[in-house]
Amino acid sequence: MDKVVLKLDDLEVMANKEDTILQAALDHGIYIPHLCYHPDLKPFGGCRLCVVEIEGRGLTISCKAPVEEGIAVRTEGPEIDKMRRVAAELLIVNHYSECLQCARNTDCKLQDIAAYIGIEEGRLQRLKRTARDLPLDDSNPFFIRDPNKCVLCGICVRTCEEINGVGAIDFAFRGLDTRISTLKDKPIVESRCESCGECVVRCPVGALVPQNMRKPEREVKSICPYCGTGCGIYLGIRGDKIVSARGDRDSVVNKGQLCVKGRFSYDFVNHPDRLTTPLIKRNGVFVEATWDEALDLVTAKFKEAQEKYGPEALAGLSSARVTNEENYLFQKLLRSLGTNSIDCCARL
Amino acid sequence: MPVRTVLLGQGTCCISAGAKQISAALREEIARLDLAGTVQVKHTGCRGFSQIDPVVIIEPEGLLYSEVKVDDAPEIARSLLPQGQPIERLFYRDPVTDRAIPHHRDITFYNKQQRTVLKNCGYIDPEEIDDYLAVGGYQALRKVLSEMTPEQVIEAVKRSGLRGLGGGGFPAGRKWEACRRVPGDEKYVVCNADEGDPGAFQDRSVLEGDPHSVVEGMIIAGYAVGATKGYVYVRAEYPLAVKRLGIAIAEARERGFLGENVLGNGFGFDIEIFQGAGAFVCGESTALTLSLEGARGMPKPLPRPRTTEVGLWGRPTLLNNVKTFANIRWIINKGAEWFASQGTEKSKGTAIFSLTGKITNCGLIEVPMGITLREIIFDIGGGVPGGRTFKAVQTGGPSGGVLPEGLLGTPIDFDSLTAAGSMMGSGGMVVVDEDTCMVDLARYFLDFTQKESCGQCSLCRLGSVQMLEILNAITEGNGRIEDIDLLIELGESVKIGSICGLGQSAPNPVLSTIRYFREEYESHILEKKCPARVCKGLISYIIVSDKCKACMICLRKCPVEAIKGGKKEVHVIDQDKCTRCGVCLSVCPERFGAVEIIPGREVKIHG
Repeated sequence: MDKVVLKLDDLEVMANKEDTILQAALDHGIYIPHLCYHPDLKPFGGCRLCVVEIEGRGLTISCKAPVEEGIAVRTEGPEIDKMRRVAAELLIVNHYSECLQCARNTDCKLQDIAAYIGIEEGRLQRLKRTARDLPLDDSNPFFIRDPNKCVLCGICVRTCEEINGVGAIDFAFRGLDTRISTLKDKPIVESRCESCGECVVRCPVGALVPQNMRKPEREVKSICPYCGTGCGIYLGIRGDKIVSARGDRDSVVNKGQLCVKGRFSYDFVNHPDRLTTPLIKRNGVFVEATWDEALDLVTAKFKEAQEKYGPEALAGLSSARVTNEENYLFQKLLRSLGTNSIDCCARL
Repeated sequence: MPVRTVLLGQGTCCISAGAKQISAALREEIARLDLAGTVQVKHTGCRGFSQIDPVVIIEPEGLLYSEVKVDDAPEIARSLLPQGQPIERLFYRDPVTDRAIPHHRDITFYNKQQRTVLKNCGYIDPEEIDDYLAVGGYQALRKVLSEMTPEQVIEAVKRSGLRGLGGGGFPAGRKWEACRRVPGDEKYVVCNADEGDPGAFQDRSVLEGDPHSVVEGMIIAGYAVGATKGYVYVRAEYPLAVKRLGIAIAEARERGFLGENVLGNGFGFDIEIFQGAGAFVCGESTALTLSLEGARGMPKPLPRPRTTEVGLWGRPTLLNNVKTFANIRWIINKGAEWFASQGTEKSKGTAIFSLTGKITNCGLIEVPMGITLREIIFDIGGGVPGGRTFKAVQTGGPSGGVLPEGLLGTPIDFDSLTAAGSMMGSGGMVVVDEDTCMVDLARYFLDFTQKESCGQCSLCRLGSVQMLEILNAITEGNGRIEDIDLLIELGESVKIGSICGLGQSAPNPVLSTIRYFREEYESHILEKKCPARVCKGLISYIIVSDKCKACMICLRKCPVEAIKGGKKEVHVIDQDKCTRCGVCLSVCPERFGAVEIIPGREVKIHG
């Protein structure tokens, strides 16, 4: 890949020719405040916080400006600082700021910006919250939308469009009333949203948070058990219970993405109704049994059927939740028993 | 053959003043007097002098009848009989000299103008292509297709010095050249007719009065840049403009000026009308193209490719304003040098303004670039009516700046207006007098722009509202002196940080009024007085005791019973109860004139 050398605040850095100034800075550990930038998405340029000065050319937004050989970039300066401070203060004063009650506390981009800029109480007090209080949308069983915390970075909109191609949400209305809305401003559950939660993980603030979110105390790397795709996941654990799941960005299979099941449906693991042993129906009632008992019974029934009606009488229905390899072995097993009647629930 | 032509303006403004009914009545009377063979009644676009609408013009004499009413129709018809005489009482009267002026060519409002784009507005029937052809219409297109290469056309536009008249002022020729140079087998020409500024109606008047001039300009542009398809993005709120443009396009198609083989030359070009849904921000080029594509109109932040490179549906697109296209035929017909000989060194040609507000002659004017604000306001506009004093002029629509009397010598061109803290913008020009509060004026314009923010960038969305809140507080008497500096800080940040022209210019009315009328802000804040006696929270209604005749009228009409007094007892307003509704002032008999408004809320009882 072609490289270019540029100066970032007097520091000479080498960057990929295709990079933007913001990417190059972040890659080199140089923080430039930003809200609407996300590495998975096309740059938007709405939050205006990542503004920098290219010497001799003036101000530009670093999330859209490409790196160029020999340019000198300043990430701070009187004009930048003034504008950025005003932009950040306006966002903060209009944002519900009960940080301690927020699920995203300590993991919030707006907090990062506030810390970087250094918020002065006296300056904030000059400003007035102009945003209107809007109702919470908790119609979705998996996540909550709180428009009062939304900073209108548009990351959710672009995620829905660019990552999933669903397009359930977009900007709507004008001026102060601008908000992220579904078609006809209906609750999200009535939209075409597939509840994949990709927007929830990318939301830089607490506007999109999982329902009943509990912070894990540790994480365990695993493979999602739901289907044969084999998405890499990190399961968040508290005590001996799973409390969260997130995609593994390093997984070549899913590159961090998950679907609604993989992300939100881990409750079954600790559910009291979950089967932990095989059940055998005796006298019309299911009773717990050991695996040996269960497998012996299956073998006996298979043999009985084979002898009585021939091998074609057997059929196997596999699960979409097992891997391709397991499905392969399953059909091998069935064929060795003399039947080709094999199917899988995935095609339903 | 008709001996006489009666021209009747049928623009939206004329129709709202009753021009349709007048036309019907006039035609009826003319038929009744058996004059139909010698008198032709022609419907035209608006002639621009809105102040005296509806206007009837009799040609070839050039007589102008102003503020005509339906009841005048029989008399006008009789005046057209062979022995008929001009009707003196319908002549326009000069507001300064009160002299009756029979001929339109002698009216100052017209004869100080230099009409190029508006030349045919008010003279030709916009719904008749033959009328346009009779004044040299489509000759420029014929010339271009038969004698000129696309490069020569671009060269002519460049040499003319024409700059984009949508407000940006970007050199048109350079834009055309850039669009031509971008490789691509499919290009588009888009005409921006999304005129959204309150008080601006130039584009509407051109489309209603001379739509073919825009169509012709677009076809020539298509030929020059190599496009085969054109779109006119016009506001749905302009139904008459949409209708007349639609007729013009259909007529042009019928006569072979549009279609697969324009004038048999092998060049194909067609035009489609797209009606916008009324978002002000869609006048911005990238938002407009997104809107045309069916997406939400949101300006695209810089850095990004130019619309000439990546425009509509990702294709190279030439986007110009209605007036820019309407100028093209003149540049081709009369030559680039003729065009370049008008105006100033850097701003060539003419500028069109909607002259409104506290001005004697309100209307649409076209003037050479370089004319001063003073000439426009006092010569063409006739100054401020009612013996009031001129205070300021706001140019460039809601995002423009407010200029005080000291800057009336400023020549009108793109660069001088920007340097003075205002802009050419959409061509709105609102004159205000001593009775206008500058803080309230800034508040009014900002209220418009903040509502129209597309909301994507934080500074425009939140900053402009924050500024509006502060202005509200100041006009209500709750301002703090440090608010002025805060307004400047917010305004400058919004200017620097916003994505598009809407946000970048929204603070202009506030910043320019602070710059030139800071003392008015200070009066509101420190003295709790509105010097122009406008802001309700900072004025008082009083009854001047030696003028009050104790007639009891105001006392009875006051809705909150704030007026004390009785028969033969001078009335007094209880300032604590008074809601400043103004009823007392409106009911006090004019011959008494006892109720007055004074600045401030701390009132001593007079007398």
